[in-house]
Amino acid sequence: MSGLFEIPSDLQNTYWGLVVLHLRLALVPVAAGLLVALPLAQLCVRLRWLYPPVLWVTTVLYAVPSLAFFVVLIDYTGQTETTVMIPLAVYSLVVFVPALVDGVRSVPQETMDAATAMGLGPLRRYLQVQLPIAAPAIIAGLRVATVSSISLVSVGMLIGNQGGLGNLLNDGMIYHQPRLIWLSVIGTAVLAIAADAALVVLRTVLTPWMPRGRSAARPAPAEARPEPAAPVLKDAAR
Amino acid sequence: MNVLHFIQQFFSDSAHWHGYDGIPTRLREHVQYSLIALGIAAAIGLPVGLVTGHTGRGGNSLALIATAARALPSFGLLVLMFVLLGLGHLPVMIPLVVLAVPPILVTTYEAMRSVDPSPVDAARGMGMAESRILFHVELPVALPLILSGLRSAAIQIVSTATIAAYVSLGGLGRYIVDGLYQRNYEKVVGGASLVAVLALVTLGFFWAVARLTVSPGVRRGH
Repeated sequence: MSGLFEIPSDLQNTYWGLVVLHLRLALVPVAAGLLVALPLAQLCVRLRWLYPPVLWVTTVLYAVPSLAFFVVLIDYTGQTETTVMIPLAVYSLVVFVPALVDGVRSVPQETMDAATAMGLGPLRRYLQVQLPIAAPAIIAGLRVATVSSISLVSVGMLIGNQGGLGNLLNDGMIYHQPRLIWLSVIGTAVLAIAADAALVVLRTVLTPWMPRGRSAARPAPAEARPEPAAPVLKDAAR
Repeated sequence: MNVLHFIQQFFSDSAHWHGYDGIPTRLREHVQYSLIALGIAAAIGLPVGLVTGHTGRGGNSLALIATAARALPSFGLLVLMFVLLGLGHLPVMIPLVVLAVPPILVTTYEAMRSVDPSPVDAARGMGMAESRILFHVELPVALPLILSGLRSAAIQIVSTATIAAYVSLGGLGRYIVDGLYQRNYEKVVGGASLVAVLALVTLGFFWAVARLTVSPGVRRGH
């Protein structure tokens, strides 16, 4: 059993160490992206004219290939973890901003009026009414962003072994050990699926009022304005 | 400023404009690989998506395929195929197509499902054949979404084809990967800017196609 997960010493880490590293490289940017997207989306809800240009900018940034993004950042942040994390955080915005804006906008006006009538100020109304109601949409976005982030971290290997489990790919190539490549591919896929499953569980915990079971697993039908946010939200994987 | 300086140096070096490692050759390679991969992926994804979307069957299995495909690490798959199949175009084309089919397939399905059912019923009531309903009623309305699925796939392919330089594919990624090995940052940044421009051109291309092909009535509706 220990032989299966044995990895070359030049990586200066154990397999499980790489797993933890991979998760950190993937999840910190998603959390950072969400933190940036929350105020940005709220701004877009308040100022309607701001939403199209913001969407446009995030779509353009998302189109920039990860490797190109990484290497341009090397000049500023070196061959470090930060260089890998910044593009991943930027990519996550293309998912989070529309998810948050559509989620918050979908709160019915009566609900908002009821909250106001109960004496809730703008901040408490946002935290206690709008965000919880938008939770399914936010978590749907979180799932896409997390899974693609976990998949993309591996590319960081190319800029000086900053790719978590992706670092195994290079060793597999130079030492002619397909086992290491399998370890990397399967390990990454398992992490992605596990993270996705964890978020599904989180959603059922956070939204006890939603129907459970098979019907709950299917996302609500897309709204009638798909261009350009909705499809990206579904397929932000690369 | 620094990066701009490198980019300027890269493009002003005339050695980068000729021969098998010249920008025209690399650009042509990159576009060629991307188009082939997108073509194959569309040939698989579009018909299946259109038919399943029209009949409304198989939505759950499609959602499963989409999740599974998203979880697959593209770079890892690329290296794995290279190690298993060796040099050549096949080990690169397989991951590119595998990654591009799900966005096309799933978005096409969703697009067809999101078409308002009343005009479809009206068409059926008027006696239109199912194939005519598909192509003359549903497709024009679903087109914006279908195009955006193709766009995601194309952007994904351009991006992954860049990384494929690591497993000895040609294309613009060569500059980045070779430059990193040679510690030639000018080459790295030059290649990166070319790839970024190509991705943005792809984005612009699909925008233009949508402007030209989506009927004005549908566009106004959105």
